[in-house]
Amino acid sequence: MKIQLNRRSVEVEGDVLTVRLLLDRMNFSFPLIIVKVNGLLVPRDDYGKASVHEGDRVEVIHLMSGG
Amino acid sequence: MEERIVRRLLGEKSVAIAGAGGLGSNCAALLARAGIGRLVIADFDVVSLSNLNRQFFFRDQVGMKKVEALKTNIFRIDPGVVVEAWETKLDPEKIASLFQDCDVVVEALDRADMKAMLIETAVKLWPGRPLVAASGLAGFGGNNRLRTRILGDLTLCGDGESEVSLEDPPLGPRVAAVAALQANRVLEVLLKVPATGRRRR
Repeated sequence: MKIQLNRRSVEVEGDVLTVRLLLDRMNFSFPLIIVKVNGLLVPRDDYGKASVHEGDRVEVIHLMSGG
Repeated sequence: MEERIVRRLLGEKSVAIAGAGGLGSNCAALLARAGIGRLVIADFDVVSLSNLNRQFFFRDQVGMKKVEALKTNIFRIDPGVVVEAWETKLDPEKIASLFQDCDVVVEALDRADMKAMLIETAVKLWPGRPLVAASGLAGFGGNNRLRTRILGDLTLCGDGESEVSLEDPPLGPRVAAVAALQANRVLEVLLKVPATGRRRR
């Protein structure tokens, strides 16, 4: 399926994926991230439940320490 | 927009600032100067000598609670600002009670896991309320890598990639630049200006 990942069109295997699987497949191994699917923030505890479908807009943002 | 109108509009607004370190102390000072009516600031730390390279504190404030020192410094700029200073380590319950009636939340925390906790908590508690966070401010240089990403109600300021470490310490200019991006974005959302940097002619 084709999704928009960080505003770029990417092809990922499968018709539907959990956020957790998507992160694994796209090699987002960095532990502290924020994930938004179609504009809605997905809480960390829901990565195994929340799903990503064809055409979805996904944003994965790294949170870096420092402030 | 004339400055007197800016100040009148901002004078009715409340801004929550989570953290009073490099980002929070500088952002709070800028918001006070801009005329924000009420600042609700939470931080658990005390001012140390090593903070003075970037944080809006002074030598004679070393050892003071950061929220108390910041309140003092804001009053020296403008005694008319209402400052609520909470010496506390934020968790979801405290965020819910302290920041309940604020118009915007500024994420100015140090650790990435705390940033994630604040963002998740605020988005869950108050969908639709603007949240201005920061990620990536370590080191020096790279002016043009600093940017503002607007993702719905969540804004992220910074380069999004540099992490503070021994080799890449937090230094005044870049930290203050990101704090200023955050303060500028707060003004933008509160004054309902359409888009960053867009200019009408």
